[in-house]
Amino acid sequence: MATDPHPPYLSPGYKSTALRAPARPLPMPKLGPDAIELTGPVFGHQELGALDHDLTRQHAGEPMGERIIVTGRVLDSRGRPVRGALVEVWQTNAAGRYVHLVDQHPAPLDPNFTGAGRCLTDGEGRYRFVTIKPGAYPWRNHHNAWRPAHIHFSVFGTAFTQRLVTQMYFPGDPLFAHDPIFQSIPDERARERLVARFDLDTTVPEWALGYQWDIVLDATPMEA
Amino acid sequence: METGHETLPVTPSQTVGPFFGYALPYDDGPRVAPQWHPDAITLRGTVLDGAGDPLPDAILEIWQADADGTVPSGEGGLLRAGHGFSGFGRCPTDSAGRYWFSTVKPGPVGGAAPYIAVLVFARGLLKPVATRLYFPEETEANAADPVLSAVDAERRGTLVAQRENDGGYRFDIRLQGDGETVFFAS
Repeated sequence: MATDPHPPYLSPGYKSTALRAPARPLPMPKLGPDAIELTGPVFGHQELGALDHDLTRQHAGEPMGERIIVTGRVLDSRGRPVRGALVEVWQTNAAGRYVHLVDQHPAPLDPNFTGAGRCLTDGEGRYRFVTIKPGAYPWRNHHNAWRPAHIHFSVFGTAFTQRLVTQMYFPGDPLFAHDPIFQSIPDERARERLVARFDLDTTVPEWALGYQWDIVLDATPMEA
Repeated sequence: METGHETLPVTPSQTVGPFFGYALPYDDGPRVAPQWHPDAITLRGTVLDGAGDPLPDAILEIWQADADGTVPSGEGGLLRAGHGFSGFGRCPTDSAGRYWFSTVKPGPVGGAAPYIAVLVFARGLLKPVATRLYFPEETEANAADPVLSAVDAERRGTLVAQRENDGGYRFDIRLQGDGETVFFAS
């Protein structure tokens, strides 16, 4: 079995982990074949809006910023596509501001951009979003702390144990080295798996830059 | 697409952060079963940190069997349109760290004691914590449950909800410190 790709709960550089990381050892449950965690909720197309995947068309006008396409496949660790997986995203606008009351970063809100989207993967496990490139923003973790631009992703596998919430980053960001959340992942190669790849074939001429980013979910405990 | 035993490296987890509130919650999220359902129960609890302070920016997800032990397999995780039972619920904590779900008590599945699978996501959690909610009146089934009985006896109680006067249950989640909830590795 490969080493654990996930960050530890306690990561001192990311200060909010100090009082929230479990301190006791985590028992590994011996899940029987009927364990409910080996299944998961199922979602249907009628549960989503027609424009939920296009974050640039949810308002009367077009949002400011660099229009992009973000697409990729959701796979399990054996390379099998996860079909019909619910993928949810949220992000800042082009100026680095979230539509959230808690976000007090003095950057402009964009009346034409909410920054939330969702879709279901197709028969090949593929998701696709149209959005604008998010901005970097400051946070108060330490002096002069800035988050690299990222899109939050929430993904359901076929098992509740495969549930993944993560963040997708953009290639070449100078903030990677200074970001304790990105750096909370001990293995450099694992960190790089959170960085999307610019792809000219995904790029649509005269319209939007394209990025490819595949998501690989944990094996279920029965398969590991 | 079976590719034998080749394994792909897994995508690492990152925190849900503090800004999911306009994206992940949805109207029927906490209503796993409609409140007019004759067997509806309410689950309530508070999520607390290692200092005993509530988390106003956590979000919980639950997944469970129906009252007869059937694991839902149809669509409807997000949209229940006021009827039906999806087995899946999602609820953000409020400013006092409280969450709630309207659901039914699950039936037992495959010889295990009845339980609800619970995930908690929050700022400061770089990956979710996974736990289980068991029911206090299921004394015999709980004692025989292979997962619950494998937990250290002095911590087992953190996985058992408390019965409330309205027939519902209370299940507080302590991320760290005294009475730290048992969380499972996956």
